[in-house]
Amino acid sequence: MSDSSSLKTTPLTGWHSAQGARMVPYAGFEMPVQYEGVLAEHACVREKVGLFDITHMGELFVGGPQAEAWIDSLVTNRVSGASIGKIVYTAMCRPDGGVLDDMLVYRLGEAEWMIVCNAANHAKIGAWLKRHLPAEGVDLEDRSDQVALIAVQGPDSRELLCRLEALAGRAADVDALKFYTSFTHAGPRGQWIVSRTGYTGEHGYELYLPNGDALAVWEELLTRGADLGAAPIGLAARDTLRFEVCYCLYGHELEEDITPLEAGIGWAVKLKKNDFTGREALVTQKGEGVPRRIICLEITGRGIARQGSRVLCDGQDVGVVTSGTFSPTLKKPLAMALVDASVSDGEMAVDVRGRSLDCRIVSFPFLSARTKGDPRAERTLS
Amino acid sequence: MVPDDRKYTQEHEWVLIEDDVATIGVTDFAAGELGDIVFVELPEIGSEFSQGDTVGTIESVKAVADLYLPVSGEIVAINEAVVDSPELVNSDPMEDGWLLKVKLSDAAEVDQLMDAAAYGQLLGG
Repeated sequence: MSDSSSLKTTPLTGWHSAQGARMVPYAGFEMPVQYEGVLAEHACVREKVGLFDITHMGELFVGGPQAEAWIDSLVTNRVSGASIGKIVYTAMCRPDGGVLDDMLVYRLGEAEWMIVCNAANHAKIGAWLKRHLPAEGVDLEDRSDQVALIAVQGPDSRELLCRLEALAGRAADVDALKFYTSFTHAGPRGQWIVSRTGYTGEHGYELYLPNGDALAVWEELLTRGADLGAAPIGLAARDTLRFEVCYCLYGHELEEDITPLEAGIGWAVKLKKNDFTGREALVTQKGEGVPRRIICLEITGRGIARQGSRVLCDGQDVGVVTSGTFSPTLKKPLAMALVDASVSDGEMAVDVRGRSLDCRIVSFPFLSARTKGDPRAERTLS
Repeated sequence: MVPDDRKYTQEHEWVLIEDDVATIGVTDFAAGELGDIVFVELPEIGSEFSQGDTVGTIESVKAVADLYLPVSGEIVAINEAVVDSPELVNSDPMEDGWLLKVKLSDAAEVDQLMDAAAYGQLLGG
């Protein structure tokens, strides 16, 4: 067993362990990787509703009269002009255009913002923000240690969320939440942020809560959601869920030596807004054409390609698998790969531990998201 | 609870000897550690291997494990059912989820394997 004594915990760590979840070290936290099993948990979110403890994410609060312009100078997407409650997905880049992290930026008030970054990059982003803090006009406060984060994801997530005692009377507000918007709420022990966001490709919500509210809310959701089949979901299914809808994961599709244009999140890069860190490099790359791009592969040979497998086109090494697994929904091995931009056709293969497996390029994404519109809409498969 | 009708390996495989044929599978512990198994690759019937050779792979959603041959010999049967339905290895690893059968070429190798008590100790029981 790994030594867990130095790992951080969440208000739910004890609950996970008591339920027999398999716990693993992840980004400095002791986190549940699975409860019942990844396939059952994956299906639960696709078909019903699942709960995730993702308290390990970092929450950095930014305020002050210069906050809006300052955040805009550091991220690739445009946050200025966002209405209160709006959420913006963005990358934060190095001057050379490499991605430091991808993140959500919430506009909570006129001059009040929250940046939500990946746990694995939390320290790096905290330090980066501090280093770029202007002498005045911006306040930065890292409240990650005080904020718990519970995701409620799946076609029945709206129904379940509205059953929460603390949100009684706010069903209309929950209903009014469009994808990538949020509202704040006075919870029992402090401010909640209720957000129509997620990392599963399903209709879903994320609840930012004071630590002290987390366990009661988690247990209430499971109790009130029993008839809906609500279940806790571990990090393993979180990964397969995001993979099928081709959401980037830092450390896989995103890295410091990969630009957002290469990673396929160019829609979150606004080159025409004000200057921002990395803009010049990204303008140049866009002008010259990206050298690499992310493609979707279906492995037709017998085996599963995983991160690090080389990708071959007509026998030539053209890139590397960034994420690969067996897709629980499509029931076949699939992979995302970062390859030379020129690759579009040819005899494709992946090298899996010395064995060459045939594969073919398929359309993006593997599975269409149902984050907007009918939560039970017919899905498109690639 | 480790059944004492068979032998075990450090790699968490079990070996059930009937006459000169060994039936081989992975233990409950191994299946649990791997998680949901989605792909099993087994060797060709008729091929011959030595003890310790890699003869196949077992893949779960999250991980891949090699299948090592615990005893030398010729592959005389593979479990087609687990190739078609890999989840059998999770649901019944010790019986219906068996993987392959080997005709022993050196019966003395069986004595090198762990008995149930020793395997139980390996598991920390």
